[in-house]
Amino acid sequence: MTKNEALINYSLRIGDTCLILGQRMSEWCSNGPTLEEDIAMTNISLDLIGQARTMLTYAGEIEGKGRTEDDFAYKRNEREYFNSLLSERPNGHFGDTVARNFLQSAYFYHFYNALISSKDNMLSAHATKSIKEVTYHLRHSAEWVIRLGDGTSESKEKIQNSFDEIWDFVGDLFETNEVDRLLLNEGISVDQTKIQQEWNSTVTEVLTKAGLTRPNDGYMQTGRLEAKHSEYLGHLLAEMQFLQRAYPDAKW
Amino acid sequence: MFFNINKMDINKKLEEFQAKIDAESKIEPKDWMPEEYRKHLQRQISQHAHSEVIGMQPEGNWISRAPSLRAKLVLLAKIQDEAGHGQYLYSAAETLGKSRDEFIEELQTEKAKYSSIFNYPSLTWADMGAIGWLVDGAAIVNQVSLQRTSYGPYSRAMVRICKEESFHQRQGYEIMANMAKGTAEQKAMAQDALNRFWWPSLMMFGPHDSDSPNTGNAVKWKIKRETNDELRQKFIDKTVQQAEIIGLSIPDSDLKWNESKGCYDYGKINWEEFWNVVNGKGPCNKQRLKHHIKAHKNGEWVRKAALAYGIKQKEKELA
Ligand SMILES: [Fe+2]
Ligand SMILES: [Fe+2]
Ligand SMILES: [Fe+2]
Repeated sequence: MTKNEALINYSLRIGDTCLILGQRMSEWCSNGPTLEEDIAMTNISLDLIGQARTMLTYAGEIEGKGRTEDDFAYKRNEREYFNSLLSERPNGHFGDTVARNFLQSAYFYHFYNALISSKDNMLSAHATKSIKEVTYHLRHSAEWVIRLGDGTSESKEKIQNSFDEIWDFVGDLFETNEVDRLLLNEGISVDQTKIQQEWNSTVTEVLTKAGLTRPNDGYMQTGRLEAKHSEYLGHLLAEMQFLQRAYPDAKW
Repeated sequence: MFFNINKMDINKKLEEFQAKIDAESKIEPKDWMPEEYRKHLQRQISQHAHSEVIGMQPEGNWISRAPSLRAKLVLLAKIQDEAGHGQYLYSAAETLGKSRDEFIEELQTEKAKYSSIFNYPSLTWADMGAIGWLVDGAAIVNQVSLQRTSYGPYSRAMVRICKEESFHQRQGYEIMANMAKGTAEQKAMAQDALNRFWWPSLMMFGPHDSDSPNTGNAVKWKIKRETNDELRQKFIDKTVQQAEIIGLSIPDSDLKWNESKGCYDYGKINWEEFWNVVNGKGPCNKQRLKHHIKAHKNGEWVRKAALAYGIKQKEKELA
């Protein structure tokens, strides 16, 4: 594997996770519990899709074959997507979305904070720009974890179940392969072990504050690095890619 | 004694109120106003707010399928603006002494209406163009006029909203223009969307002035500054040319430039369709309301939790 191949894959991992979570968050539009929350969730979606565009465009630039952000978004299949398993989980109820977003945002927060020091200028600039947005996403979801955990007995039960159900998918966030090793040697990628420690302390802190029980780290689902996903991703892509696939000659 | 408001007082107040309106100064929430003025505005502003919110649904229908990431962002941001418009308008309506919850209750129990245009389905991506171009375009004509409405909070909300609406209109027109010069299939989609949305857009302005009983006091009190037909004519006159530029044709064989009047003559509007949709028989009336009620119900436990949490926090502060 060349450095460029590794860098393309690394950019796609970031871009794909942003895109898929952004797509999920856009499903909340007109479905939020209040107008204010509807707007907040749309904001997160806008940020994430914006971040995805930067990373997919960058992947195309490194590749040098003229592929655009839309080529990457609309013309790849399930087995070519490198988003986290967490990001493709369905929205479920509001608490399910909050739990998923909190776990993913806490990851992005520490990930981007480390990526700011990347020797790759583009990744470093992207991290610097995105950290502001992700800080907000983390704060927003963490506040809701606490509110729901410390709200009514119903909300506490719901959000606890949300965490219990989704916990199997957090391990996937921290998996590494030769891409990470190669880029870490070059000072381009981040040290996942360190991210995991920081992530652990953020998550434990917020769950404790919310009066919730941190689920046990048992057997974890993985697959992100090999583009092996749940069945949900195929449906998400089928819907998202419909127009580009149905009218391949059209420009929009 | 307590109820001894005599007629003289009311008449004097009414006179002062009318004088203020005639002098073009704005009525503010704390000012005295006739009950009928208050009621009229509560109804109009809340229905405007409901329209913004229900209007999120037909466009929301295409977010997940937007054909490019840029198009997805533009559409999402547009719908988010509409949610924001709903917010300002509910706030403006609340200054008249009713809460947002009460207004939403009226919407969900069908005591309050919203713009009928949103009871039509969005069938293809071209509808995102047609809605922005025609529906926001028609809304702007109405809202520009409402910037001069006599009730201060409503007027200010309109000023803020109009700026964003003209973006929406341009973005919608851009989608239509791109599709009209695209593949044959795209052009056909664009024309079809125009065919479906043209007449309902004209209906957005309401019945002809001759059939519109409600305008009396609304005009005198300068809530409404221009009549339905005047506004509709403005919309037609600015839109016909825009269609020509991108090579689409308006689906009205009677549409003709009238040299002597300096505006377009247009064909007969199907008022039977209009009243059917107003009275709940449009293609999506039930679906739109169900969606709204479902989202509201699904969010109930969340709102309760937030409220309970807020109370606990306050108690902690006080302890
Ligand atoms: Fe609006
Ligand atoms: Fe509007
Ligand atoms: Fe608009």
